[in-house]
Amino acid sequence: MNSAVLPGEAARRRPRPTKWAMLALLRRDKFALAAAVFLVVVVLAALVGPPLLGGIGIDMDLMARNAPPFEPDRGFWHILGSDALGRPILARIIIAARPTLLIAAAAVLLSMVVGVLLGLIAGYKGGIVGDVIMRLTDIVMSFPSLLLALVVLYIFGPAITNVIIVLAITRVPVYLRTTRAEVLEIRSRMFVVAAEVTGASVFRTVSRHILPMVVPTIATLMTIEFAFVMLAEASLSFLGLGVQAPDFTWGVMVAEGRSYLATAWWLSFWPGVFIALVTMSLNLLSNWLRIATDPVQRWRLEREVASDE
Amino acid sequence: MTYYLTKRTLWSAVSLFGLVVFVFFMARLTGSPVDLYLPIDAPESLREDFERIHGFDLPLWQQFVDFLGGLLTFDFGQSLRQGVPALELVLRAMPTTLLLALYSIGLALIVAIVTGALAAWRPNSIFDRIATLLSLLGASLPNFWVAIVGVLIFAVTLRWVPTSGTGSVAQWILPVFVLAIRPAGLLVQVARSSMISALSSAYVKTAQAKGAAPARIIFIHALRNAMLPVITVAGDQAAGIINGAVIVETIFGFPGVGKLLIDSIMFRDFAVVQAGVMVTAVAIFILNFTIDIVYAVLDPRTRGH
Repeated sequence: MNSAVLPGEAARRRPRPTKWAMLALLRRDKFALAAAVFLVVVVLAALVGPPLLGGIGIDMDLMARNAPPFEPDRGFWHILGSDALGRPILARIIIAARPTLLIAAAAVLLSMVVGVLLGLIAGYKGGIVGDVIMRLTDIVMSFPSLLLALVVLYIFGPAITNVIIVLAITRVPVYLRTTRAEVLEIRSRMFVVAAEVTGASVFRTVSRHILPMVVPTIATLMTIEFAFVMLAEASLSFLGLGVQAPDFTWGVMVAEGRSYLATAWWLSFWPGVFIALVTMSLNLLSNWLRIATDPVQRWRLEREVASDE
Repeated sequence: MTYYLTKRTLWSAVSLFGLVVFVFFMARLTGSPVDLYLPIDAPESLREDFERIHGFDLPLWQQFVDFLGGLLTFDFGQSLRQGVPALELVLRAMPTTLLLALYSIGLALIVAIVTGALAAWRPNSIFDRIATLLSLLGASLPNFWVAIVGVLIFAVTLRWVPTSGTGSVAQWILPVFVLAIRPAGLLVQVARSSMISALSSAYVKTAQAKGAAPARIIFIHALRNAMLPVITVAGDQAAGIINGAVIVETIFGFPGVGKLLIDSIMFRDFAVVQAGVMVTAVAIFILNFTIDIVYAVLDPRTRGH
């Protein structure tokens, strides 16, 4: 072992907030806590919901065609109303939660991995490779992402994997630019220079000394990006070039309900409410995450913990 | 500054060229437009004529060279669907989209600056908390859903405004509001945090000590300095506004560039797609360029760089 390990060891011994400490911090911020609880409920519903529902939400019930919401005598599932084939909206929202969240999660992960990797290269290596990467980013960013996605999806067909890839490509620049900016700043700091002069390999310098510094920013970014990508997928699906039948997402549900707007507003209304609630929860959570992972700002939350207990 | 702007213009030209090349070859991948424009039982001679007239029979590289040659004289070719120059169609649709974007971002800026400034004046007050929560909500609402619910409430139920069209002023109200909500939500948060840091600065303390009125401190002393981040983010939102315009134009039947591009993509009207992509990208570039200059005017410190 060489002495380059030392800065890393020091970093490991530095008191970091444990998982429990983070949860305590979450408990302080009422809005963030509510957001986290709501998101957990939605994710759980998406995971275990569809098998438990059985045929509810898929089987037609012509007696309940376009049944309005809040009529308890129709049964619990019809509480948010039913669609044109008498299928309860609430059950369909739960079924649609899984593709909605999976597409967004896949697109966020894909764009994050590619973006951070290219950002590390552009920031740490720089040079011609860095320039080329940045110019390609400019091309992607010089044009409205939705239009770009429409062109590409029209060519390759609106399959779910294509939607994920297109959304990922249009969002790569966000991670790339953030990572690069952070790396440019970190790489000139003393601990990185120290690692380099003591002979740490490029891989080691980047993975042990630079990457851990970038992670909190990326985590915050991913939370906001998840919301953004979800809205983008909903927009694409709404325009008819996103998810196709028999699969459906919340965006598809809003689009399908549009033709019944004057007679059955609840068809479009409720899926949109869920999109907005999940997006808002993610925004609240990312605000909290930004403060909680920032050692300079964490005291704001910690002070409230101390004064409360 | 001049050096910076020149360099930026050159790089943007490179990006623009890359984008055009990308769209040109992407559009050709969708297949020949012949099948869409001629009846399915059209004789082979008719198909060949169609391809020859529009140049689809030439090898791809030849089509590309012709296309680049046309670019130099601003000739994007003819629209297959409407038989007029593609650029003319796009330029005719452009003002609608630009006005829509301009009104929306203007509305969003006014709402954001006023709300952000008032929220920052007393951080953590009731007003601040409500404003913060509402701005988060605004930033989280899907455009198309707001448009649909807006039509339902204000056009179908209350009958205050028409459901679609562009003839009268009333028809602009709903689309502009729908488009303004998301940028307004984001900008309120930016305006609030930059106002908070401006209000805690030394020059504001000095103004307070000299007994300046709160309104004077907020709007004369702090706001001018707090505007810079707001304008930067507003500029970043411009491309987002065009995204939103695609949806809003589709829902409200607005004859703007967004609707034109969607229709052209569906009808394989390559010339119009290329012209539309080019003009939109140029418009966004001009906007960012203008913002850079505005920035230099507002903040003397950036002029040196």
